[in-house]
This record gives sequence, structure tokens and C-alpha cells, in this order.
Amino acid sequence: MGIDLSQFHQVFFEESYEGLDVMESALLNLQPDTVDSETINEIFRAAHSIKGGSGTFGFIDVADFTHVIETLLDEIRSGTRKITSETVDLFLQSVDCIRKLIQQHDAGEPCVIPEAVELKKVFEGILSGGDSENESVSSPEPASTITEIDDQTGDGSQADSPLTHGWKIYFKPELDILKTGNDPLRMFRELASLGALSITADISQVPPIGSIDPEACYMAWELELDADVSKSAVDEVFEWVVDESELRIEPLGSDDAVSDVKPEVLVETAIEEITLAPTASTPEVVVQPEEMTSKPKKDASKVEVSSIRVGIDKVDDLINMVGELVITQSMLGELGLDFTMDSLPRLLEGIEQLSQNTRELQESVMRIRMLPISFTFSRFPRLVHDLSRTMNKKIELKLTGEQTELDKTVMEKIGDPLVHLVRNSLDHGIEMPEDRVKAGKPETGTITLNAFHQSGNIVIQIIDDGAGLNKPRILQKAIEKELVSENDNLSDDQIHDLIFKPGFSTADQVSDISGRGVGMDVVRRNINELNGSVEVESTEGQGSVFTIRLPLTLAILDGQLIRVGDKVYILPLISIVESIQSFQGMLHRVVGGCDLLRLRDEYVPIIKLSSIFNIKSTTQEMEDGLLVVVEGDNMKVAILIDDLEAQQQVVIKSLEENYKRVDGVSGATILGNGTVSLILDIPGLIKLAGVQRYEYKMANNDDDRAA
Amino acid sequence: MARILAVDDSASMRQMVSFTLKGAGHDVIEASDGKEALGKAKGTQVDLVLSDVNMPVMDGLTLVKELRALPNYKFIPILMLTTESTGDKKMEGKQAGATGWLVKPFNPDQLLATIKKVLG
Repeated sequence: MGIDLSQFHQVFFEESYEGLDVMESALLNLQPDTVDSETINEIFRAAHSIKGGSGTFGFIDVADFTHVIETLLDEIRSGTRKITSETVDLFLQSVDCIRKLIQQHDAGEPCVIPEAVELKKVFEGILSGGDSENESVSSPEPASTITEIDDQTGDGSQADSPLTHGWKIYFKPELDILKTGNDPLRMFRELASLGALSITADISQVPPIGSIDPEACYMAWELELDADVSKSAVDEVFEWVVDESELRIEPLGSDDAVSDVKPEVLVETAIEEITLAPTASTPEVVVQPEEMTSKPKKDASKVEVSSIRVGIDKVDDLINMVGELVITQSMLGELGLDFTMDSLPRLLEGIEQLSQNTRELQESVMRIRMLPISFTFSRFPRLVHDLSRTMNKKIELKLTGEQTELDKTVMEKIGDPLVHLVRNSLDHGIEMPEDRVKAGKPETGTITLNAFHQSGNIVIQIIDDGAGLNKPRILQKAIEKELVSENDNLSDDQIHDLIFKPGFSTADQVSDISGRGVGMDVVRRNINELNGSVEVESTEGQGSVFTIRLPLTLAILDGQLIRVGDKVYILPLISIVESIQSFQGMLHRVVGGCDLLRLRDEYVPIIKLSSIFNIKSTTQEMEDGLLVVVEGDNMKVAILIDDLEAQQQVVIKSLEENYKRVDGVSGATILGNGTVSLILDIPGLIKLAGVQRYEYKMANNDDDRAA
Repeated sequence: MARILAVDDSASMRQMVSFTLKGAGHDVIEASDGKEALGKAKGTQVDLVLSDVNMPVMDGLTLVKELRALPNYKFIPILMLTTESTGDKKMEGKQAGATGWLVKPFNPDQLLATIKKVLG
């Protein structure tokens, strides 16, 4: 019967990835000196499941590879082999190998992975090497049982010759056979399916009725099987009980009266019965797997289906909320049927309830897309373990707030910047062990990844107790690269912030740890693209804290509605620093450049939305308008608008997907009155307005001269 | 047609076993570890238990011992789904009270043949 096993492949891949993650983190937790049996067990179990599944579903390369690892793990588990940090590293490498092998099957293009072959050889070498105290005991044993069986079948091979027509069996089970769920009758039935069977019961051992234990089996049987079957077929019937029973299987004398034809016919019908029975009893089986398998196959070939696992409580919440919504709707519906002005308060109340329902519904729908940040954090223990080894540093990684949830898309995009920041802390932050000791710090450095929610944002911190940022070196580099001038009087924070400037890198040599051609400016840009921000605080000699703030979701934005002419635009609320109404005295006109706003001790370039978007402003004079100071791409600009309108949450619709990319605009939304409003992208606007960093610098230099 | 309790911590194995058995007309109850299986076995009477050995929370051998201690599971066939092909692991299963075993990897046909052997 054709059950197509490929329908279970996806589930197998997913659980294997999970299993590998479990193995990885358990391996990282493993202290070679004090082997914790539960941790070893966990690793073993994961390897064991992957091996079992890959064998079942036909991924032989995975099964073979995992088998070697499992064998070694089993020896460690049973205590016959010691674990060393080298073996832990080998296991970690093999986790990567298994993951690669599975990924290839997952992608549908399995091929040989050289390092897997290599690694397998190494493991086989370890296993055959004399280290194992158990070796002499464990390996020959199965071999000997196999030969034993071979011998038996060798004896019985005459069974396959036409001379033998059947078997004479003596079977005396142990008393407790029934208590293991083995029923002699079942075995006899199975024998009978092979050929004609005659049974003689030996009841000589049955005690008198008064002293019978009803759960014990006192009987023995003599059986004669007239069938042209091999001895192994008979052995198989008794496979589960042979060790506890008295069992003798001998060929029936060839002088047996049974004719040649009869057993053959019997065997044939018996076989027919076996093969037919399952299909006949279940006609739907043949159809079902085909239906089910055709679908995932199609999907898989087209796109990689991304899915999330959602806790049932979240779904229940959602259903609950929808229920509330339905109640409100029916209440409003009833109210609408015969509406009089008297029922106005009830109408307003209903609408209030509706808006609350909507808000709650929105929140709970958003929660469905939220996953704990542990999904991202989980890759770091391995990263830190490997990197600290290559750099000969001693580093402990602490993870806190792993259960903090954030949107799946945000999570996917924050992974790379986080890796970069952690690599940066490892490479530039934490000192070499001897330097740490000299500085009076513990030899082992600590990097902490922390996450928490704060006023509608998720905050992720990368904290290290390393040397801190080297201010003089940063300043010197920035001056070399002409990012600042020597005359600039910068605060500590401003100096620290220089590391995020494009073209800035203090690493004297490009190391393979963090100098991957991607600077901190890219980290900041990637985070800004998520409507988030990153900043650094650092104390020399004590360490640094990188703080990333991100919105919980990319789908909804806290927006400030602004008006220019008859058009309404939206500014992300997070980017607004302040807005200024009467700024006559603060204006600083620049001929041929852009006007500047003198804001306390800095000059801020002014961007006129009306001229960028070519719309007619309702205010004639610049001074009648309103300036909104915003921060984007690490610089401040003031945007000239006609008026501020409401603040509200807006649902972001992609302009790129529905139309095309427009500079200065990050998306669009639909307002309450049904009109479309564009969401402004501050860094894009700055580029569009042609306000370059050059001018920003000049503005600051200007300021210096003025001061 | 029997009611079968399928216990395995691997979802793919569980699904494969369950799909195969349901296809053959059996009623299947699934559990992902020994503890869950024990709870389900107490809640209803099953005719056959198929259990993995290595599982978190409660392993297969403990499950067999626990089940055998229940009056209505004294004589019920319990098969271990095991990858251990060595003799001592099988003996451990037998000592715990298992009826027999089916060595992984197995295919649906082998599974059904074994089920037929037990249920007749």
C-alpha cells in the first residue's frame, strides 16, 4: 500500500532543526569536568530522534552520520567514555553538518558534503580508537548475536530446500508470558497463517484448580506446521518471547505424508490474505495520501512558506475579542433599526465600545505575529563560544528578557545588526584575559544581551564589561577622516556617536571578527529603516552599553498628521524632537544654500515641504508657518509645514508593493475620512532636499565661530 | 479495527504512525511523552500501545512499568518502537513488561504487518 512518506518530511525537517538547536545549546552548557547526565541525555535524545526520523523517511546520509554521533554520545552517557572540550567542539561541528545535510534535503537537492564525510571519519576514528573502556565489551556483542542468528538460519537453510515440508515446534513459555501482553494463541494464529498447523497442548504442569494463578501460563505446546517456509519465518513468530521461553524448532521428517501441493497452496493463500487485508479494509487510504501530498509539494516548489507557531491562548483571546465585537455590532444594529434622538447617548456609548473592541482586536492580532526574542538570542551562545575561542578571550554570555516579544518581521531584520554589535563587543570591547587581570577585572569578560518593553517599544541592550570606547582614538580617527574638525567641542556622547558615522572604523586591522566591510553606520541605517534607533553609552575601563529601540511592529505607526497646503502627510512620532511656532528671531538665511534654524546652540537646516513636493503653501511668509524639528539618519532637520493636525496610529500600507518606490516617502495610509495620506521618510527627505552632511557640519562650525 | 495509543516525542514519527494506522481503519490516540500517554491511557481503554523508548518527561520503559501496574493494562500488548538493535536494550524493554518491539527505521508496511501480528 502506497503511503507517501514525503508528506511527513516538512514536519521532520522542522523538528530536526529544533532538535539541532537543542543539541547546540545543551552542548554549549556542557562542562566537560562535571558531566551532567540530564544534559547528555538531552543531547542524546535529540540526536536519537534525528537518526530515527531520517532513517524512517529515507535520508540515509543523515541517518548514517547521526548514527556515529549517537554511538559516541551513548558511550558518554553510559559513562564508559569521558567527554573533553575537543569532543564538545567536534559535536558542535557535527551539529552544523547535520543541519547542512538536512537543509539540502529540505531544499530538495541532496549532495555529498565533504566536511560531513571528514567529520564522520574523525568520529569513527575516535570510536575505534582504544580510548573506550567499553569498546571490547560493547562492539563484539552485537556482532556475535548476529552470527549466532546467522548460524541458526544456516542450520535451517535446509528449510528453504524443497526437502523440508515443515517444522516441529515445542513451545513452553515462562509463567508470566501473559503479563507482557504476549498471547500464545496469537502466535499460533500467525503460524496457522503460514500453513496447516496442528497443536497438542501439554497440560501436565497445570496445578490443581484451587491453587491456580489465573494470570499465569502453565501450559506447553507441541506444534506441527506443514508449510514450505524458512526457519526464520517461524523464528519471527516467536521473536519477542524466545528469550524467556523453552523453544525448540526442528524440521519435520521428510517422510511426512503431506503432499507437495497442499502447503504451497496454503502458503499462497496466506500471502494473499496478508497483502490484501489492509487495502481491502481501507479503500480510502489510497486516495488520502495523494491528496495530502500534492498540496505541500506544489507550495514548496513555488515559494518558501513562512509560518509562525501561535500559542493557543493568543488564538483564544482573538476569538474572545471577535465575540465582543459581534455583540457590539448587534447592539448597534438594533439601535439603528428604530433610532430616535433619545437613544443618542446609547449610540455614542456603543461607538465607544466599538472603538475599544477594535483597539483590543488590533492588539491581539498584532500579538499573533509576536514571538519571544529568544528566537534571535538563541544563536548567540554558539557565536560567542566559537568567537571567543578563535580570539583566545574568555567570555561569558548572559541572556536576560528572552521572553520579551516582538514582531516576527522586526525580529528577522534585527538579527544581523545584533550579530554585528555582539561581534563588535567581543572584538573591540572585551580585553584579552591578561589585560583584564592587569586592570583588576575578572579574567572572564561578560556580555549581556538584555531585552524589555518600554512605552510601546522593545529595547534591546548589548552590555559588555570591557574596556569601553577609546575616546581619544575615536576623535583622532574622526579628525583624520574629516568627520569633525579639531576645533569642535564635542561632548562624550557626541564622540561616542561618531562610531556610527559612515566611513568610520577604528579597527587598525580589518579582523575577521567584526571588520567584515560593514561598519556601524550600516548597523544604524538598518535599525533606522525599522523606525528604530541605536545609541551607545560607554565608560572608559568599565564597558559599553549599546541600546537599540525598536517599534513592536512594522504594521502600525504612531503618526503625527501635518498639513501643507491642502495635503496631509504623516511624520513618525518617534522622529519628532519638538515643534516651534514663532521662530522669527531664530532664522538664519543662507544665500544659495538652505535656510538654517538656530536652535539653542546648534544650527538646524530647514526643509520646505512645499517646495520639495511642489505644492502651494497656505502661508505666504515662512515665519507664519510651523517648524517641526525631526531627527533622522543621525542628524536634525526642521521641516516647514503649515499646520499640525491630530496624532494617531496609522496602518502602514506599502507604496512599493502597490505603486513604486518614492523618495522621501516610506509608505501610505488611509485616514478616517477615506483619503490617502503619505508617510514621510526623514532620511529620504534629507537626501531629497539636498541637505548634505557637509552643510550640517558647516552649520555646526558656524555655530562654533559664533560661540 | 482497534484503538491504538501511539507515543513518540518526534512529531513526524507520530504523524507517520498515526496516519498509517488510521489508514488501516484504526482509532489512534497520540501522546508526545510517557506522562501524557499514561494520562490518556487512564482516560480510555486502548487495545494496543506503541511507544518510543527515548522521550523527555517520562521515557518508554517507565511508561510500560506504569501501564502494567494498572489493572486494565496488565495484558494489553505494548510494543516498543526502538532504534536499539542490540540485545540488552530489548531485554530492558521486556523486563519492564513490553510485549515486543519494532526496530526503527520501519516503513508503514512493516508497521502494519507487526500490528496485524499483535492484533490478529
